[in-house]
Order: sequence, then C-alpha cells, then structure tokens
Amino acid sequence: MSLKILTEHCSTPGIETLEVYRKKGGYTAVEKALKKMTPDEVVEEVKKSGVRGRGGAGFPMGMKWSFLAKPEGVPRYLVCNADESEPGTFKDHYLMKTIPHLLVEGMIISSYALGANKSFIYVRGELMYVIRILEKAIEEAKAAGFLGKNILGSGYDLELVVQPGGGAYICGEETALLESLEGKRGNPRNKPPFPAVKGLYQSPTVVNNVESIATVSWIVNNGGEAYAAVGVGKSTGTKLISASGHINKPGVYEIELGLSCDEFLNSDEYCGGVRTGHRLKAVVAGGSSVPIVPGSLFLKNANGEDRLMSYESLSDGGFATGTMLGSGGFIVFDETACIVRNTWNFSRFYEHESCGQCSPCREGTGWMQKVLNRIEHGKGSMSDIDLLVDVSKKIEGNTICPLGDAAAWPVASAIRHFRDEFEWHIKHPLEATKPGAVYAGAVLV
Amino acid sequence: MEDIKPTMFKVTVDGVEVEVAPGTTIMQAARQIGPEVAPPAMCYYEPLKGSGGKCRACLVKVAAGSAKDPRPMPKLVASCITPVQDGMVVENFTNPQVVEARKGVVEFLLLNHPLDCPVCDQAGECHLQDFAFENGVSTTRYEEERRTFEKEDIGPYIQLHMTRCVLCYRCVYTADQITDGRVHGVMGRGDHAEISTYIGRAIDNDFSGNVIDVCPVGALTDKTYRFKNRVWFSKPVDAHCDCDKCSGKVQLWYRGDEVIRVTARKNEWGEVKEFICNTCRFEKKKTSDWVIEGPTKVNRASVISANKYGANLIKKPDFALKLAESQYKKIDDSRPYVNEMAEIKQSEDYKALMQKNESFFKK
Repeated sequence: MSLKILTEHCSTPGIETLEVYRKKGGYTAVEKALKKMTPDEVVEEVKKSGVRGRGGAGFPMGMKWSFLAKPEGVPRYLVCNADESEPGTFKDHYLMKTIPHLLVEGMIISSYALGANKSFIYVRGELMYVIRILEKAIEEAKAAGFLGKNILGSGYDLELVVQPGGGAYICGEETALLESLEGKRGNPRNKPPFPAVKGLYQSPTVVNNVESIATVSWIVNNGGEAYAAVGVGKSTGTKLISASGHINKPGVYEIELGLSCDEFLNSDEYCGGVRTGHRLKAVVAGGSSVPIVPGSLFLKNANGEDRLMSYESLSDGGFATGTMLGSGGFIVFDETACIVRNTWNFSRFYEHESCGQCSPCREGTGWMQKVLNRIEHGKGSMSDIDLLVDVSKKIEGNTICPLGDAAAWPVASAIRHFRDEFEWHIKHPLEATKPGAVYAGAVLV
Repeated sequence: MEDIKPTMFKVTVDGVEVEVAPGTTIMQAARQIGPEVAPPAMCYYEPLKGSGGKCRACLVKVAAGSAKDPRPMPKLVASCITPVQDGMVVENFTNPQVVEARKGVVEFLLLNHPLDCPVCDQAGECHLQDFAFENGVSTTRYEEERRTFEKEDIGPYIQLHMTRCVLCYRCVYTADQITDGRVHGVMGRGDHAEISTYIGRAIDNDFSGNVIDVCPVGALTDKTYRFKNRVWFSKPVDAHCDCDKCSGKVQLWYRGDEVIRVTARKNEWGEVKEFICNTCRFEKKKTSDWVIEGPTKVNRASVISANKYGANLIKKPDFALKLAESQYKKIDDSRPYVNEMAEIKQSEDYKALMQKNESFFKK
C-alpha cells in the first residue's frame, strides 16, 4: 500500500463530522500552526514541500504564496477554487463531499499563513449538496472555536465563506473566478496585474485548488521535507487521479507521484486494467484540455522508456509525443471509442463554455465544433483536417486566458495522432456514420 | 529648486526608437511614432477606462522584454494593455508570426459578420473594414451557417443590429463611464453572446448616443440617419454650440445644404475626443443651430480620405486622379477616350507611376 495523505480516512464512517475527524487526528495541524508557528514558518514548510498546484497548471504553491504582495492596510484574501468542471475531473468533488473538514482545516492554516482574515471557497454551482456539507462543516468548526474571532486564543480571526459558483466552466479560471466572486460576469481579466498583486476587490489574493489546500495540514503536521520525500523530482507528494472511461475500476485514486503508468492502468489496486476483453486505444491523462495520446505513447515515451505518473514524465516529448498530468482527469478509451466523435464532443464543450470575450476563442471554438460536426456526420472534406490544425494554431497562445489553449490542444493532438481515422471518416462517410461504426485500422495496445 | 525629470523609457517598435514615460502601453508608444507602426485596434479605446485586450487585433511580438532582461516574451502580447519596459524591442508589422496571427483575428472577426457593407451605414468609417483590408485575406474558409440575430430597437434613437457586432465591449464601457446608469450589457457567452438591454428596457439617458460613435462596426446605428446617405458622399464640418450638458463641440455631416448627421469629433485613431449629449446629436439638425468653424481635416486613414482602398497607398493620388479622369471620359460618348488613354499610357509620367506601382505590389 502506498502512502495516503488525503484519502487515508475517507472510508471511516462519519468522517464528515467534526467528532470523528478529530478522533482521527483532525485539527491538530491548526493547533500546531497557530500556537507554535509564525505565518512565515508555515509558508516556509509549504515551500520546502515542493507541492505543486493541483488544479492543472502545476505551479509550485509555495512560490505562489511568496509572490503575494503585502502592502500595509490592505486586506489579503485566500480563495479556494472548487469550481471543478473539466470533463473527466471529479477529484475535488469526491474530497469535499467525503472529508469536508480536511479542506476547512487546510483553509484555516493557509489563511493564517497568508494573513487573510476572510477566505472564500468558490464551489461549482451545480454541487449544491456539497455546498451544504461544507457549510455544515464550517458551522461545526466555528462551534469548536476553530473559526471566528481569536481562534484558539492566538489572536487570529478568520471568517470562511462558501460561495456557490455561477455555473460556468470559465469561472474556474482564477481571474474569472474573482470577477464572479465580486458579483460580476465571469470574464477572465487581463494579466498583468496578477491576483497576487490585485485580485479580489483589487486586493492581493491567492487562488488555490481544493486538493492543494487539503495537503497543507499534513505538511504542517509532518513537515515539508517529509512531503518532499514522497514522489519523484519536482513532482512531490501524492495526487488524486479521477479515473474514468473503459477501465474495470473507475474511481478516485490517490497515487504517489512517480508511479508507473503501466501499474496505474493495469494493477488491481488502481484502475484494474482496460475493460475485460478489450484493448487500449487512447488515453487522456489529465482532463479534457490536455493532448490525447495513443495508448502506446501513454505507457512509454517516444524513446521507449516507461512513463511515470508525474508532471515531468507525462509531458516528456512536448506536444509532439507527450501530454500533461493536468488536473488528474484520467480518461481511457478502448477500441470501441471513436476519436473523431470524442474530439467533436470535447469541442462542443469548449464552444459552449467559451466566455466570448476575446475573438480567437469565441469564434474559433465554434468554428472547430462545426467542422468536426461535419466530419463526424459524413460531410467533411480532406481540406477540413488541415483547416482544423490551422484554426487551432491561430487560437493557441493568442487568447486572454488558457481556455483557448485548452480548446485547441485536444483537436490538434487528435489530428496529430489519429489523422488516419479522420481521413477514414471523410473517405467513407456511409460506413463511418453507421451507429457504432469505428475505424478498424487504429493501433491498439 | 531642481527640476525633477521623470526617467523616460526607450522603446523600439518596428525598428523606430521612441522615448516614452513609464506606464505607457506599447500601443501608445507606437502611436506616438505614427500610423505606420501603430497596431490596429478593434476594442481598445483610449477614452474608456478598462477597454482593450479582447479583440487580439493588436497582438505584437516582444522580441526583448527590457534592457535588464532581454529575453523575448514567450507568447504574443496585446499591445494595448501591456506596459512598456526600458529597452523593450517590439515587432509589429515586421514579424511574420504577428502578421499571421492578425490574419487569423481578421478571419475570426469576419466569421460571423454578415459582410453587408453595401447596405451598412458604417461602411466607409468602419474599423473592421479598415482592419480587414489592411491585415486580412480576401477569401473565406468558412462554410458553416453564420450566426444571425433580429434587429432590435433600443430606445428612440438607437438601433442595434447584433449580427454585425464584434463584441468589443466599447458600448458597455461607455454606458458605464459616461452615462448615469447602464441598462445594456453582454448576455450569454461564447459565440452566442450578444449585446442586449435588460428585458423591456430601452436605453434612455442624455449621453446614450455616444455608444453609436464608439461602435467600431455598424452594430449600433443612429436611427435619425439610417439609410440616408453614404459616409463618403457627405461632407464633415466642425461646429459648436452652447450646450449646458456637454462641450457642444461636434462634427456636422452635410449633404448639400442639409445637416444629415451630427457626431462627436474624433482623433486620427477614430476615438471620440469629447463625448456629446443626445440633444446636440439628435435634435439640432439645422445649420442655424450651430456656429460653423470650418471643414473637418480628415487625417484618419479611412475611405473618406481619398483612395484609401487603392493599391498604391502612399504616392498614389497623382496616378489615381489621372486614371479617374480617363475613366470618366469613357462614359462621355463624344470623346475619343481610347486614344487619350493610349496617349497617357505612352507618357513617361505614366510609365514611372506604373513602375512605382509594380514595386509596391512586389512588396
């Protein structure tokens, strides 16, 4: 059994209540941090741990915290990004509904470290029942004296607010989230200035993912070095992976970063292998935004070396042959999956969720969706494939926020690795549009 | 007391160096050099706070971030919102990546645009026309159905033709910053987002007419002027009046002796200098209402200035006038125009002009 930092007590009955959570050692980290450590010491521990942002971009969390501007007389804010809506990612949802106090505890320590007296948890609006669970947990923590005025006699005050989201994927982009939190339309802001300088209500703000904040209490209890000892290279600690698709055991798994991809996919402890009787065709390793890769390139990189579940190893080979760990939304496709249809499906999502602020993303996502729709329904032409590549190139990197990139990558990578399947769809429209028809020439593992 | 001189930043745009104050954006620095290097702007509007960054028309390559840190920026940046650093080197029209990205932006903006310029009141002073002509390609690769909307009357003076909108947000900022209360905004998201008023509301306040001036395309049009005239057939004249609401400094647009339209005055970048009130704009349509200052000097690159859309942009008027003359005679049956044209073609003058033209085309 590998180390479980976040999910160790998840199967304990009643863990969502403060009583059981405290029996399992909960809130000891708050006591330790507030009574024995200065805020800077907490930041230092997090820096030492090397934990990287778990929302998808993988930016070192300690570094993000140290960038926070600290002007006199201006409040600072911590915002937890729980607007998890990427297709394929459902780890934060699981964590919050199962063990809400882990997040609340992490929020208290993180707010203390950053000097924030009011912190927000911005939860995806569709998850009303999770919002109620979190609110209950906050009530309990307040009653026990872990929230409110003068927490544990340390003189530190904190108010924790749960905010239901506006119901848009784009509100998970950190500056759009802040706009939404301020009560405005959730459009991403132009950067610079970054939230660390001017964020919520024009004050310095840190925005962190649920999973990142949930790790803080373990780091405080056990020290940053202990955390850094887990994992490989700059990918330290553990990561929640939400596995779905054509596997025997879909679900949320906590892995130590650096686990081999082969083991994660095939061992019974995790995914339990591709659906029995079927073979592996393709993998989306980190949520719908990351490039899709054929099964062979997921298990081994272009040089034939085994891939590991870590930030560096998965992105080995760049966009030509690699992918990304992203937010940990792990989707597996077997030979019955049609890549064209799947790509169309993803692009429908991005067309629907583009905020419409900047022109390449607003118009480009709709264009790609329509062209893919045509190809999928047997009305494509050969020039459409190059058109898609060109459009995706013109969106990528030219937009305000990363949603443009996220919309372009799945399309570009699907064509890069599965071009013959697109061509088959165009050349044989009658065959391809039959229900359940799939290209037979795909390379399987 | 010693004079305190602010330290000036040296910035190079397309090989031309300029000194600007810290805090200036790349766009402003380039505009100080002149229209040859100024990036196009579809959403950025200097008088409106917070505008810019949306259309991506002004993307430039920063080839060197600053003198201290001369690394290039990894992505193209929007020049209208990126502040300059000392020693920054910016590539605009000289960078193929930028030119390519801009072609993309033109294509994206025209994707759902109806291209109904022949019946659009904005034609001739349309930023999208200029932008597409200067930076785009003349064909489309879009085969799908275009997004359309019903025309909408928002208030007694303004009509909204959403189909033409490029979602620059300028009118939203105008309503926020110039008028007392904003009743319109962006609804929906993505390529189905639209400008609209809250249900059942009309735009009704003294400065609402300014949204017409700031609109870069023909999405917001003046109902008192709709389909009255083409811009290039009307004559702009500067005029003013005593107004208790606004500065009263306007531009009158004449057809013959008739004032057919009143707008605010614009600078060479097409930006309103002083916003005017609705009384001046919509109700004072007689010459006697105004004190005439004289013809407007049109220095903005637009169709109104002669031959904007010809091939030889710089030394062209000579050649174009001669050609126009000879063409004009074609219509007149009594004149042997063919011979005259042949004569012109023989002249050294004409040959020199053609050569000049050719070298321009090659460029």
